[in-house]
Amino acid sequence: MAPSRYRIGWRRRETADTVTVGLDPVDEALAVFEPGQFAMLYAFGVGEVPISVSASRGGTQLVHTIRDVGAVSHALCAAPEGEVLGVRGPFGTTWSAAGVDVSDLVLVAGGVGLAPLRPVVHQVLGDRHRFGRVSLLLGARSPDLLLYTDELVEWSKFVDVQVTVDHATASWSGNVGVVTELLPRARFDPAATLALVCGPEVMMRFAARALLAAGVAPGRIRVSLERNMKCAYGHCGHCQLAHEFVCKDGAVFPYDRVRPLLEVKEL
Amino acid sequence: MTDRRHVIDRAELGQLIEALRGRGYTVVGPQVRDAAIVHDELAGVGDLPAGWTDSQQGGSYRLSRRDDDALFGFAVGPQSWKQFLFPVESLLWRARRGDNGFQVETPSDEAASYAFIGVRACDLAAVGVQDRVFMSGTTNDSAYAQRRSNAFIVAVNCASPAGTCFCVSMGTGPRADDGFDLALTELIEDDGSVFVVEVGSELGQEVLGSIEHRPSSDHEVQRADAVSEAAAQQMGRAMDTTDIKELLYRNRRHPQWDDVGDRCLTCGNCTMVCPTCFCSTVEDTSDLSGAVAERHRIWDSCFTEDFSYVSGGSVRTSYPGRYRHWMTHKLGTWIDQFGTSGCVGCGRCITWCPVGIDITEEVRAIRATDGQEGH
Amino acid sequence: MEDLAKLLQELPFFAGMSSGDVDEVVSCATTMSFPAGLHLFHEGEPADRFYVVREGRVALEIYVPSKGALSLDSVEPGEIVGLSWLFSPHRWQMDARAVTDLRVVAIDGDCLRNKCDANPRFGYDLMQRLSRVAQQRMHSARLRLLDLYGRAGSDVR
Repeated sequence: MAPSRYRIGWRRRETADTVTVGLDPVDEALAVFEPGQFAMLYAFGVGEVPISVSASRGGTQLVHTIRDVGAVSHALCAAPEGEVLGVRGPFGTTWSAAGVDVSDLVLVAGGVGLAPLRPVVHQVLGDRHRFGRVSLLLGARSPDLLLYTDELVEWSKFVDVQVTVDHATASWSGNVGVVTELLPRARFDPAATLALVCGPEVMMRFAARALLAAGVAPGRIRVSLERNMKCAYGHCGHCQLAHEFVCKDGAVFPYDRVRPLLEVKEL
Repeated sequence: MTDRRHVIDRAELGQLIEALRGRGYTVVGPQVRDAAIVHDELAGVGDLPAGWTDSQQGGSYRLSRRDDDALFGFAVGPQSWKQFLFPVESLLWRARRGDNGFQVETPSDEAASYAFIGVRACDLAAVGVQDRVFMSGTTNDSAYAQRRSNAFIVAVNCASPAGTCFCVSMGTGPRADDGFDLALTELIEDDGSVFVVEVGSELGQEVLGSIEHRPSSDHEVQRADAVSEAAAQQMGRAMDTTDIKELLYRNRRHPQWDDVGDRCLTCGNCTMVCPTCFCSTVEDTSDLSGAVAERHRIWDSCFTEDFSYVSGGSVRTSYPGRYRHWMTHKLGTWIDQFGTSGCVGCGRCITWCPVGIDITEEVRAIRATDGQEGH
Repeated sequence: MEDLAKLLQELPFFAGMSSGDVDEVVSCATTMSFPAGLHLFHEGEPADRFYVVREGRVALEIYVPSKGALSLDSVEPGEIVGLSWLFSPHRWQMDARAVTDLRVVAIDGDCLRNKCDANPRFGYDLMQRLSRVAQQRMHSARLRLLDLYGRAGSDVR
């Protein structure tokens, strides 16, 4: 599968190591990317990495938030407006935030894990009456590493947004602590809640446990897992978590399905 | 197909090879090279390993001379047919800097047409296993599909199984029942071999019709069947596959993984010789000027350290972890993923492991102390 | 004059406590308020009481020369501030500062320790509640030590 060409239409620096880009198709546009799905983004001559969409508002523009952690993501973060990237996709399963018989939504995001959940926030904002109480619990390492800070204010008009940081700075007067500490303060009916969790795997494990302790059924907690990906369609074998191919059976999984697998080391 | 069988002799087998070449196939088959029987292009029947046989045990492979001139008197060597249908390296696409950033070129669709001479039942089953990997998901590998549909398969029913064979345990042999165009069973005579031929497809019928052949006698058919029956009794290994998936799923913490992990070198030989292993990686390269970039797919092995690398480190860093992944995938999770076992009982992983790790022994050890924890 | 007993029973920290036990606490308790910016206590001062936050937020800080006051934890409504009153040498190990205007219930440490000595069953119940707070704080601190969002052990998205 060869990449389609997309040009960087706009580029916004979010934090010291994270950038969001808006990509417009040069060739025929790819199929619509649903919240939770990801693309393989290609930097010419360098390589590809899997990046979730961080906005899904219709139209042909693709929006991705990329964190600089390696050679490829570094090249993608450094690419200026106008540069052409390669895109393959859409791949993977979706958050499926709507269309379930639940009313309340709890979103738990750690670090750059907020990026794949942002399309869900947009979905809620675009159809607020479809959802009951919606909480966004957001954790970051420090205040300067929070994403989309300008949007958080707008979101908090429609969604209960709670933010915490691991390490405070002198000017920070908000919560300090891990994101799971925000859960007792969120208002939701555990029997009618869908919880979507995204962040480092350890954080997702603990968040899922806290949600279970709060009474949310394991089948109603969804996590977005990450494994090494090369092909993104189940042929290269790299992304296997036991029998699951994270690229096509995930990356979004219901927690009850992956819980026993996540508990075995090196699986 | 029909129950009717035919007979060809050695010269007519040569005609078969010629006929296939005349039809545009690249004819590949076994031949002796570097003290092993490998698969390469066959110029004619003279290239086949007449009079050779193999002795295989854990970590050991030796060729020796037979008392007769049998053309197929051996089991399987280090190579299967995997490298022809799923090449070790292939160009996926090329990109050239130019208008609108770069232009992408995909290689031409022309795929090779191979005729395989001497495909054993285990390897035939392996082709079927890889068909399910590459051609039955939501995404089909079109290059594989094309090579596959172009391929002409002449199977050979084993007469001389090796010390590491266990196709009977895996239900894949020693007789090839279907999936071939023609299947041969060698009957060794004093004045040269003859081959009882079964037709497996219309194309096979057509090709057979283009060379000299005669109908087989009942006696020859009986002798051919007896070859397979005898071969089934000569398995060097056995594996109890009862509930094997569940056995491995519930024993992920079994101390045997540490035991085998202590012996395993993570060299990956097993994955290279295995006819069903399909993992691959991609390499993105560019030329010195940076104007042309290429992406190649190459065989990979789950035993490498970065196979499971995610930002920050690999998931499977330990040797026991990697061995457990390979074996559990081959015998267990493969079934959930593709509906069949990944193992065909060819025994190559046992033969070509430098330290002689035996997958049948590992299963036996876990079964013997099912439920033990300690890993 | 507020009904302290009713107030205490509504706080999660005292959830399920019998009204007899609540009365024991009430006899050691008083309400207080702090304007934003004021310290509840400083590192090194005698730790003779603990606080239950009713409204507002408290930052637990340590002053590091050349870096200033670093906030290590925040305490929200319903949570408690201060465990050092339990153990000798009864000295605060950190600063506590009102981040916002603050309303608290202040509970005298000496008074409460005496109640525990006189009534071990009450003491045991109180220790269980306080241990749970310590366990949760330790877990949170340990997770933050992993620096999961940092370069090692983070996600690539």
